[in-house]
Formats: sequence, structure tokens, C-alpha cells
Amino acid sequence: MANIPTTAAGIADAVQSREVSATEVVEHHLNVIAQRDGDINAFNLVTSEHARAAALRIDNAIASGAAVGPLAGVPIAIKDNMCTRGIPTTCSSHILEGWKPPYDATVITTLGAAGAVMVGKTNLDEFAMGSSTENSAFGPTRNPLDTSRVPGGSSGGSAAAVAAGLAPVSLGSDTGGSIRQPAALCGVVGVKPTYGRVSRYGLVAFASSLDQIGPFATTVDDAALITEVIAGHDPKDSTSIPQPVPSLRAAAREGVQGMRIGRVTDLPEGAEPEVAARLNEAFAALESAGARIVDVTLPSLSYALTAYYLIAPAEASSNLARYDGVRYGMRTSAADTNAMYGATRAAGFGDEVKRRIMLGTYALSAGYYDAYYGKALKVRRLISDDFDRAYAQADVVLMPTSPMVAFPFGDKVDDPMSMYLCDIYTIPTNLAGHPAMSVPFGTGAHGLPVGVQVLAPALGEVAMFRVGGALEAAGGAR
Amino acid sequence: MKARNIEGVTSPISAEDVAKVARLARLDIADSDITHFTEQLAKVMDHFRDVDALDLSAVQPMTQPYPLVNVLRADEEQPCLDRDEVLAAAPAAEDGRFRVPPIIGLVE
Repeated sequence: MANIPTTAAGIADAVQSREVSATEVVEHHLNVIAQRDGDINAFNLVTSEHARAAALRIDNAIASGAAVGPLAGVPIAIKDNMCTRGIPTTCSSHILEGWKPPYDATVITTLGAAGAVMVGKTNLDEFAMGSSTENSAFGPTRNPLDTSRVPGGSSGGSAAAVAAGLAPVSLGSDTGGSIRQPAALCGVVGVKPTYGRVSRYGLVAFASSLDQIGPFATTVDDAALITEVIAGHDPKDSTSIPQPVPSLRAAAREGVQGMRIGRVTDLPEGAEPEVAARLNEAFAALESAGARIVDVTLPSLSYALTAYYLIAPAEASSNLARYDGVRYGMRTSAADTNAMYGATRAAGFGDEVKRRIMLGTYALSAGYYDAYYGKALKVRRLISDDFDRAYAQADVVLMPTSPMVAFPFGDKVDDPMSMYLCDIYTIPTNLAGHPAMSVPFGTGAHGLPVGVQVLAPALGEVAMFRVGGALEAAGGAR
Repeated sequence: MKARNIEGVTSPISAEDVAKVARLARLDIADSDITHFTEQLAKVMDHFRDVDALDLSAVQPMTQPYPLVNVLRADEEQPCLDRDEVLAAAPAAEDGRFRVPPIIGLVE
């Protein structure tokens, strides 16, 4: 078999120029999955048959001289909370086990039209609630770089699939860091676009004002390529932004000459010393590439975690009310409907999902709404205002992605607050609705990868990719 | 914000609160699990004391990253999901409809 390129861009070029066939590319990846995924458990489902049929269609189109899309023959892994028509979509929850959606998410339709080939649905923390993928009802995903450690979460399966070469690129969703944190822990690039950049139609809702779909990749160029394909206005998502998508691949090659890079002087503490050291080296690298470092303050950032853990559960408690054993998923039989609801939800949801539903229901309940939820929404405004002031002085802001490198299984799983602290640097972006990306930048404790996070204002993806590209070029990426 | 007292420690949420919330959320939680969940939720709610100390009277709440506007499509007939495909995914269906257990009349 011919040499298969490791990047999505390389595969697309090779397939279009007939150096390799889409079928060869897919068979190669299905082989790697068969060899390695037993140890990693990145996939809930490998869609071999679907992938082979899609690859054959691409090969036939190329053979007949028909035009193919920019991702022709590129295998992609999809987080198992995006609806795929006729293909099980579980959210790694027993409550949706066996459910086959009657429609495709918009990203699935868009990727298919671009020629991408879905190879499987990836594992996640149940309903995307978690930072380690240990909350999956189907067993945890293991970090390919050290299988005694977590891959991060909630999109741990998508991050691990790309890190292990099971697929060159994948999609995840990010509500409080669920793309960026696992990207950092697995040593790959992860992008959370601006809220509204990528359609949420067909993404199973967790917290609707925070959720956003984005890619994992081994290179900044591939992350830009996938973002360009999936971004854009969708009439099926009323929060979708009607703005054209700029060229992000060009931005990633542009360099950072003259850019202003924000350093947060009052950043909440808690990062491991090696993580803090890599961040300092990232500033130095950007400065020597021609950027200017400017100090900014984000005084309300220390309240972000608290606000998030009221807002996200509040929205989740409402969104997850639909899993009641009536229209889809499992049902636990009981004498009447009300008893059936309680028994079905108790049997179908795991502990973390139950905790968040209860937390959210409490925050929204009579007598507590203003005291909890109302105040959290005001803190959200303070954080957004902080960012507005910072972006008046800086084009982007640099932070760690995760305070720590990949941690061992069982470290935090029964202590919700210590797990929630994993997201201390990623949550503020979701509250503000801004874009941010994690770029691998050297290693930390135990030789494990460290991610540096590039944050930008709403619709600031061009500035974000310029800096992401420069960080990769500086040699931080593996 | 009310503080509750359990076993001599001031807690932001009591076992009774958790049991009530579980009922409201239609989650059957065993009595033996309520204690565990109460401790975990109390730890999370405890962090709210920081926010509670802030003066937020002049701050406007932010519900969405962008101001909400009505988004309407043209009032034209469009295809919808296939009924049989949708009902095939339901735990129980009958005569083109979702089937559920009795709704009233069996409450003890």
C-alpha cells in the first residue's frame, strides 16, 4: 500500500492527485483502529461499512473526473453527541443506548459534502459532562501517550483518536473546555470557534448558550482547514452567525509581526510550574517572532468557575428534561407515567449527570433563582466586560489551556470540585462566547504534553490562527 | 441566600433540599445516595459564597453571548422528519403515536 500522509491536507491532496485512493486511506485507518483502539477505547462505534462505502463513492467520482470537495477521502472521527442518521448516537449514556437519530447534524452533512469520510463515533463523558472521559457509561478512554492516565474530556475519545493516529482529524464539542483541555492533555491542536460560527443543529444540547463544535488535528493548518469547512451560517440554528468565514489557513501562515499579545497579570493561580514555564516560553517565542507583549487584567476571572457551574447545570437541567422514556432511548417500565419518568432517568443517567441536573434544578427553583442563577448571569456580564477591556489593548490573550498535564485515572472522579478546577482557564471563553484554541507547546511533568491557549475576541479567528500558527512554527508542537 | 445547618456544619444545601430537587427533576434517588449527593453538591455550592459577597446591583445579566433577535424562516411548507423513522426510535409506539403508561388514576 502506498504511503498514507498523516495530515488531512496531505491526504486530500494525495487522493485528488490519485497518489492514493480514498479506499486505501480508509483501510489504513481502519487497520490502525483495529490494532490500537482495544487499548485506547477512543471509539464507541467504528463505522467501517459506512466509511468503505463513502470512500468508494469518492474514488468513483475521481475516476469519472467529477469534482470532489476539499476533504476528499479524509477520515474523520465524530464525537458521539452529534446526530448521524441511522447510526447510533449515544452521548456515552445508557439513556440513549441504541438510539438511531432520524436526521444528520449540519456538520455531518457539511463534512460529507466536502468529501470527508466518517470512520466512527468517539467516546465522551456522559452528555459531555466531565474533564476526563471517566464519566462515560461505556468505560473510559485512555491517553495514548500513557494509558494509565486520562485523555481529558469531555471530548477525550476525539482527542485520543487523533493523538493515536486512528484518524487525522476529529470533531468535538466545547461547553467549558471540552475540546481544548483534552487537546492539551493528548498533545494535539484543539479549536473552539466563536459561539455561533459552527451550526449546533444536531449537536445534542448540554448548555445551549455555551456549546460549540470544533476540530482536533495534529497541525494548526489541519485545524484551520476543518474549521473553514464546518463554519458558516445555518438557517437551522437560530444562534448561527450570518458572517462569511475568512481564510484561516492563510492566517496560520501569516506570522505575528506587529501583533499585540495579552499577558494576564491577575491570572488565577493553580497551574503546575512546568505549565507556567511553557507559557512564559510561548510569550518569548512570539516576541522574537515580532509580536509585542502587553499586560492586561481580567479581575472577574476568579468568579468564572462558580458562575459556570450554575449556568451550565441550569441549562442542562432544562435540556436533559427531554430524556423521559417517551420519544427515544430506554424506558424502565412502571405503573404510571410519572413513576416511569423517575425510574427511567434514575437508571439511564450516571452520577455526574444526576449531580448537574440536581444542581441546575436547585439553582432555577423558586426562592433560589435570583440568588443563584440571576447572580451567575451578572458575573457572566462582568467577565465579558473584562475581556472587552483587555481586547481594547491586545489582539489576543495567552493562557495555559489546562492547569495540569494528564492525570492518573481515579484522581478526581469522585471529587467534583477538583475535577471542575481542570477547566479554570477554559471556562471564561465559553461564558463570553469567544473563540480559543490550544496548541501543543513542549512538555511538563512526566514528559507529558502541555498546551498553550490562544484566546481572541468574538469572530477573531484570524488573529487566533495567526498566533496558533506562530506557536507551532516556534517549535512547541510535537 | 439561606444557610442550612446539618450535623453542626453550616451547609448551603440540605438533604431535604436535595430530595426535593430530585423529585422536581424526576430522578428517583435512593435515600442512601441522598447523603452522598448532598455532601458533593454542598462542596460545589460552597464556592458560591465568593460570588454572593459581590455587589452586582448595577450589573445587567447576560443570558447569551449575543443579543437575541427573532430568527424566522419564510412561512413555506418544508419536509419534516419521517414519522415512521421517528416512531421507530421510541420505546413504545402505537397507531402512529407514542405510547406511554397510564397518566392518571394510579397514584397511591
